[in-house]
Amino acid sequence: MPDLLIELFSEEIPARMQADAAATLKKRMTDGLVEAGLTYAHAAAFHTPRRLTLAVEGLLAESPTIREERRGPKADAPEKAIEGFLRGAGITRDQVEEREDKKGKVLFAIIERPGRPAADIVAEVLEQTIRSFPWPKSMRWGAGPLRWVRPLHSILAILTTEAGKIVVPLDIDGIHSGDTTEGHRFMAPGRFAVNGFEDYAARLKRAHVVLDPSERAEHILNDAQNAAFAAGLELVEDRGLLSEVAGLVEWPVVLMGAIAPDFLDLPPEVLQTSMKEHQKFFSVKNPKSGRFERFVTVANRETADNGATVLAGNLKVLSARLSDAKFFWENDLRIAKREKMQPWLDQLANVTFHAKLGSQAARIDRIAALARQIAPMTGADPDLAEQAARVAKADLSSEMVFEFPELQGLMGRYYAEAAGLPAEVAAAAQEHYAPLGPSDAVPAAPVSATVALADKLDTLTGFWAIDEKPTGSKDPYALRRAALGVIRIVLSNGLRLHLDRLIDAQILRHQIAPVHDDALLDEILAEIAHHGVFGAAVHAIIDRIPGDKPDWLERITGHTPDLSDDLLAFFHDRLKVHLRDEGVRHDVIDACLAMPNRDDLALVVKRATALSDFLRTEDGGNLLQGFKRANNILTQAEEKDGVAYEFGADPKFAETDEERTLFAALETAKPRIDTAMQAEDFAAAMSAMAALRAPIDAFFEAVQINTDNQVVRRNRLNMLSTIRTTCLTVADLTKLEG
Amino acid sequence: MAEANAKPKSFQEIILRLQTYWASKGCAIMQPYDMEVGAGTFHPATTLRSLGSRPWAAAYVQPSRRPTDGRYGENPNRLQHYYQYQVLIKPSPPDLQDLYLGSLQAIGIDMDLHDIRFVEDDWESPTLGAWGLGWEVWCDGMEVSQFTYFQQVGGHDCHPVSGELTYGLERLAMYVLGIDHVMEMPFNDPQSPIPLSYGDVFRQTEQEYSRWNFDVANTEMLLKHFEDAEAECEAILSREAEDPKTGKRIVMAHPAYDQCIKASHLFNLLDARGVISVTERQAYIGRVRALAKKCADAFVTTEAGGWTAETAA
Repeated sequence: MPDLLIELFSEEIPARMQADAAATLKKRMTDGLVEAGLTYAHAAAFHTPRRLTLAVEGLLAESPTIREERRGPKADAPEKAIEGFLRGAGITRDQVEEREDKKGKVLFAIIERPGRPAADIVAEVLEQTIRSFPWPKSMRWGAGPLRWVRPLHSILAILTTEAGKIVVPLDIDGIHSGDTTEGHRFMAPGRFAVNGFEDYAARLKRAHVVLDPSERAEHILNDAQNAAFAAGLELVEDRGLLSEVAGLVEWPVVLMGAIAPDFLDLPPEVLQTSMKEHQKFFSVKNPKSGRFERFVTVANRETADNGATVLAGNLKVLSARLSDAKFFWENDLRIAKREKMQPWLDQLANVTFHAKLGSQAARIDRIAALARQIAPMTGADPDLAEQAARVAKADLSSEMVFEFPELQGLMGRYYAEAAGLPAEVAAAAQEHYAPLGPSDAVPAAPVSATVALADKLDTLTGFWAIDEKPTGSKDPYALRRAALGVIRIVLSNGLRLHLDRLIDAQILRHQIAPVHDDALLDEILAEIAHHGVFGAAVHAIIDRIPGDKPDWLERITGHTPDLSDDLLAFFHDRLKVHLRDEGVRHDVIDACLAMPNRDDLALVVKRATALSDFLRTEDGGNLLQGFKRANNILTQAEEKDGVAYEFGADPKFAETDEERTLFAALETAKPRIDTAMQAEDFAAAMSAMAALRAPIDAFFEAVQINTDNQVVRRNRLNMLSTIRTTCLTVADLTKLEG
Repeated sequence: MAEANAKPKSFQEIILRLQTYWASKGCAIMQPYDMEVGAGTFHPATTLRSLGSRPWAAAYVQPSRRPTDGRYGENPNRLQHYYQYQVLIKPSPPDLQDLYLGSLQAIGIDMDLHDIRFVEDDWESPTLGAWGLGWEVWCDGMEVSQFTYFQQVGGHDCHPVSGELTYGLERLAMYVLGIDHVMEMPFNDPQSPIPLSYGDVFRQTEQEYSRWNFDVANTEMLLKHFEDAEAECEAILSREAEDPKTGKRIVMAHPAYDQCIKASHLFNLLDARGVISVTERQAYIGRVRALAKKCADAFVTTEAGGWTAETAA
């Protein structure tokens, strides 16, 4: 069985695209081959900056002959039907077989598709793969129409067997397939022919190309670790950088250099970011001092002077970069220390956050106001929370963050510390952005959590207020992430808050604050944040406004909750996704969201967790069945009779022991459930309900609800109603499936 | 790889060698465009000539101005006026990477000692409505050139595709000559009777322009000039193709494009004066882009842009 080797040789492929491209080449080629009938034993793809390679072992030499029978119309069918059948099968009348069937003579078409040689199939599939390759970005070059990630120079495509090799014939817009490739651009220029994959990989290595990206990465990591270790230092590992660097070289050569002492006072994150972002250097730190003292760069070649010139050049560039960073750091520190970051805050008035949501300064004002209102709910000091919100984004104006946006927050912390602000405030500058990703830690310090909540809620309410919500896959302002951030902060800190009220207050702030700056407005919005938009206190404040009422008051009194409801529903959707990942079923969450205080997410989750656990027990499952049975019978009866049976049952009309037992059980369960509910101990409430399971089962076993005695029937229905009400105290069990 | 060339002695020698090299590869050696531009790409020999089907090969030095980069001549690497070396070949030849590497050898970079890399860097000019794919070229970790295959210019797909090379001359020369501060770089041969450094030639102008760019330029007047240039560009292009005086078909793509270049530079000056807010910025860039697109539309209806009476008929 032949082996197939394909190499697509081009100008330098962006490092970030190589791995996906190699995987795509493998998938599309093997899928195409298999679809055409060519199965194979094993396939592997590789990539370097200049080539994508696919090696397929044990390919069929030709596709199998396929024989297909197709049943047609009866032999005496109208001529038109027969013609249609022949056309569809692509055969003529004399190629048709007539066979006896129960119903008479029927026509059968026997279609035989002969197998085709592998080379023909490979050529077809490869051409199709190249022409429709899904590069994230592709281009044309020269005068041709072909698209590739960068100009494609040659195609190596050979099938090898013990008997020898053949070139898979292919001509794509003037690029002819062949059996040759090139080695390293500088160390081994020129083309050479290869015979099969092993020969190819070996010759490439001789020509200073390591084909396998993981081998290059491993080589880099080993050499870098060894170089660091030999100097008594340790390499700071960075997987992402490692795979990127492995995609920039065909022949990795690790070089280590020292960071000039002038720069060692820079924060380590600054050193690391500057070296990584600008130059793709690894950092090397001194384990004793924790300082970054050296760097590792990876060259693409060996040189006559063993890398001396290359290292000197890199050092020079590093010095220029770090001089810039040091200049930014020192300028920034001066402003932080002497002017307490005020000039930065002033500048933020001129920076637009979003055309419809005003400047960064206006945004900070809103966040600070909301942070103050959230503070009592998180146990943070309101003054500290407000102060933290006011300075948390000051670093956006700093030179360092302008240069390295990814250092936002972290620099804020350094500068807040330099300005002598309280430790909680400095920490919030860094932590209020969190959590950014699913694995990112959630801020736990009360001030940080407060500002983080205020920041995210302001963003969400703002984009809701201007109607730029996420749609489908489009979420340019990362609002889903913001909502999940709020959820995680609330849950992991066990915060009990009415999200709905905070949302109402902040939406109104978005709608009114841009035009009015008013102490009265603050007071009213604070009231709404704490007690809701329809609270009596809000109206008490409004009523005591003397004289003409400000015109913005109409915005508040006329406030409709549609927007807030919509945003709350968005939170609930995110919560479902979050809890589903934690193993809670969506119908369980729906059952809990149907209960009061659904904007208290911690409460919703407490309910949902208890319910989810309960349903996993035998009692839980059976009680649910009992409840459903009771509910179904009751609902049908209520619909039929046009009455709601909510009057309560009377034990004196009980006719059987099972009824009396159930009465007693309900009587016993009720106070236990009430007490548990008071304490929000949903597990205890449900375990009290579980005690009803046996009596309910026994009741249904023994008792027929519908009897001729209407008094007894009504009484039983009223009892079912009590069961329903009791069972619905924790969650709306009607929403549960199964 | 061929033998390395001897090390050049001055900034100008590097320029001269590039000129000789690209002339030997068949490029028309052109002169800088006589207007203020932000980059060599703005030269009509690149922007306009990358459009249409006619082959083209040109190389030239282009003085470039970036008012916001002024540092009063004090920063070792930053200048508000600097030189770019620009090569544009259409269609891009298959050996363009090798031709480029040859040019580095020509200016004295020893291929056996340095680590040259092509690192992904896609190019986009929002003001020209242009983009392309390519790399920044690294020599020992330093970016020495931009290498781009033009895909679209002025909103038009490039057919055929031009290959564009842009060298930041000061930075490249400083590296080759081993100079740390641009002002200390020898402009001519240090052995000349009158040796001149880059600072001798440009330190004073960097100071003068930095002051003017940042603090003095009359923004009201610049704004008016911007609007004038915009209006004139549109007015030129609104004229009918046939010249009433000569009776010939004369589409005035280049004079219109001059106005577009002017508007672009005026925008850069206004930006340096800090009078353009973040929101307005996009709007201004959009206005310049609209002009560039119209000029491109006009150019492709000229002979240099591939138009012929036969194909038009």
